[in-house]
Amino acid sequence: MNRYFREISVTVALGLVLLVMAGFAPGFYQAQPLLSLITREAPTLVVMCGMALIIISRQIDISVGSQFSVCSIGAGLLAARGWPLVAVLPAAMMMGAAFGAFNGWLIAGLRLPSIVVTLATMVMLRQGLNLLQQGAFVNLPDGVQWFGLSQTVGQWTLVAAALSLLLACGLFMRHVAAGRWVYAVGTDAEAARLAGIRPHWVTFLVFVFVGALTGLAATMNLVQSPQIQPLVGSGLELKVIAAVVVGGVAISGGRGNVWGAFAGLLLLACVSPALTHLHVEAYWEKAIQGMIILLAVVADGLRQRGLKGGHG
Amino acid sequence: MLSGPPPPPPLLTLRRAAKNFGGVRALRGVDFDLQAGEVHALLGENGAGKSTLIKIITGAHQPDAGEIIVAGRSLTGLTPSLAQQLGIACIYQQPALFPDLTVAENIGLRLEPAGSMRRINWSQRRQRALELLARVGANLSPEAEVRTLSMPEQQLVEIACAVGAGARIVVMDEPTASLTSREQDRLFTVVRELRSSGVGIIYISHRLDEIFTLADRVTVLRDGESVGTQPVSAITHAGLIKLMVGREVDQLYPPTEFTGGEIVLELRNVGCAAAGVYNVSLAVRAGEVFGLAGLVGAGRSELARVLFGLTPADRGEILLCGKPITPRSPAEAVALGLAYVPEDRRRHGVVLELPIDQNITMAIHARLFPTAWLKLGTERKLALDFIRDLAVKCAGPQAPGGSLSGGNQQKVSLARWLATQPKILILDEPTQGVDVGAKSEIHRIIRQLAKAGLAVIMISSDLPEILGMSDRIGVMRGGKLTTILPGQSDAHAVMAAALGQELAKGAA
Repeated sequence: MNRYFREISVTVALGLVLLVMAGFAPGFYQAQPLLSLITREAPTLVVMCGMALIIISRQIDISVGSQFSVCSIGAGLLAARGWPLVAVLPAAMMMGAAFGAFNGWLIAGLRLPSIVVTLATMVMLRQGLNLLQQGAFVNLPDGVQWFGLSQTVGQWTLVAAALSLLLACGLFMRHVAAGRWVYAVGTDAEAARLAGIRPHWVTFLVFVFVGALTGLAATMNLVQSPQIQPLVGSGLELKVIAAVVVGGVAISGGRGNVWGAFAGLLLLACVSPALTHLHVEAYWEKAIQGMIILLAVVADGLRQRGLKGGHG
Repeated sequence: MLSGPPPPPPLLTLRRAAKNFGGVRALRGVDFDLQAGEVHALLGENGAGKSTLIKIITGAHQPDAGEIIVAGRSLTGLTPSLAQQLGIACIYQQPALFPDLTVAENIGLRLEPAGSMRRINWSQRRQRALELLARVGANLSPEAEVRTLSMPEQQLVEIACAVGAGARIVVMDEPTASLTSREQDRLFTVVRELRSSGVGIIYISHRLDEIFTLADRVTVLRDGESVGTQPVSAITHAGLIKLMVGREVDQLYPPTEFTGGEIVLELRNVGCAAAGVYNVSLAVRAGEVFGLAGLVGAGRSELARVLFGLTPADRGEILLCGKPITPRSPAEAVALGLAYVPEDRRRHGVVLELPIDQNITMAIHARLFPTAWLKLGTERKLALDFIRDLAVKCAGPQAPGGSLSGGNQQKVSLARWLATQPKILILDEPTQGVDVGAKSEIHRIIRQLAKAGLAVIMISSDLPEILGMSDRIGVMRGGKLTTILPGQSDAHAVMAAALGQELAKGAA
């Protein structure tokens, strides 16, 4: 079977959905709503890039949604105090990187399982935010939304930023030595260690990276609306994990790439508008997304068995 | 002796038992029998077929040919559960108990009838555990968690289980490997008691002294064949060693061209308490193949791990080309010019999921700056060069490591380390589980590398390989390098040193 079978099949599925839409619901292709849809997903795409790395390195981070909320509110408060966006952006990224470093220290330093650590930090960050913010919205000053530009220019800027990041991640994972280490650590940490790689450093840095990206994504979300509410980003972790898994990144680590994850994200994101345009009840949305995820997991399971059966 | 009824049939008989794994003939028709009330020792060097024989007796493996007769009944399709019903119990070197459960719970799990909804009678369980522990002379509380017990105490719990199951045949696989001499004595007492109650014991050990103290008969395995069963009273230490090794190097090895070179690696009293390596001194020269022989667990791989920084040395000096080095991690060791091809290549050598080219370049990424741009064309070319030089049979550099045969995986593992252009190459069991053809190819490669000036340390449990390939042979025992022999030594001398016999005694 082709090495990229999973990536190819997700892309083909996405292509089919888009074709069906072109045939039955051409309304889907109206420029402005489509651009809005893509812009809304741009921050998700950024976090997804980080999550792909996390899962390739055989870890998981379910605290990204909470990190996103905290970074959003943090960045919002700074902006409300009159900080310019060029200062808010690095501040938000550093805040996220600090959360990532904390997770990474517990996971790589103290060798604790990532699912439990990030479950704890997810709850801590979320509840801490509720405690401090008491559910209050943060109103953003004028000039923050769309960077003070026109909506279309702002939207294109965000989309371009997200796609550049995707491209950078894709190239990094394929062409930069450190990207290979992420794969090596995810497939076999002990073999990686014997090959002179430091698996715990790699794990730590991957968590810092996803944190920084979450900060970036929070800022990218911030500029899309006049105010920011504390519940922003809840459920984000599930959304990006689903996209990554659907896109062919093995949950057991070591396999997959950001391109497949991107296709997975688009496929899942298409479901809702597609249903609307096809006049199917919206209740089907989650059910269909669930089926897509299940299908992906089953495909991975069969592939794993094939690999073992072939050479075991 | 009274002239009474004929002697009872043996508890266990194996006739012409044979077993192949792929192309490897692990057992080639072994005859073996065990009488009630005897301790029958099983002896052989690493890979002689002892474990396979044991697994056949316990039902873990089915023999490909031959017959198993237990208590007069010829059996086909012996399974582990049937073996248990027939009263066959095995006590492994590492007790297979549940560490978080108590002694009584462990015994109960083994001995009480199955049935997921059955009610547990705790007082009865406790009572039974107490009785069994008393019978094997173990002064343990049934409420103790197994994790708090020492290794010998855990062994006693295992033996108690065997006794409680009414075992008639007890296999003990190197039971004294991790025991002190006092604990040994206690174990021997228990074994003798079992024997006098009519149990037949198959006793595997590398320690010849134990065999002479404890066993009634001894069977020696060599290359999957039994080379004889004799009463212990009729044989000497030297005779046993001779039985174990008694064969010529039957395979052609490429001749050595080593005439002497600069000392590349020198160890002065190197030790690491955590790894169980003590006081090792040796020097390896450029162009030399230094064989490391010894029994499994003698500390050879542990020494390699010390050199490679996996378990850093805590005493002594390591000199590389005359300069002291202290590798504290594999990353440092690689940077210094050391390469280690580990034993378990399926787990730690080749990453099965990654393609061959990435497997080969894995260790050189680490030396590059992390942001170095990888030229995929260069990587591919490097991989193709190695595939050609080492004659790796594969579909191409993009084929996953898992698609290769054992010998070819080993070559990829080797290529990864050669790509680092090391000064010292440490090979741990380079041809284990590799078919004959690939084996001689790997030997040829090793010889070529040495000729090109690499210092090679080759750990091997394959005695002919050690003898055929090494320019000098270091023999390890109990974590110490006990002897260094010249390359032309005979098998007898190496085996004697590995078993801890004085050379003079062995040669007598």
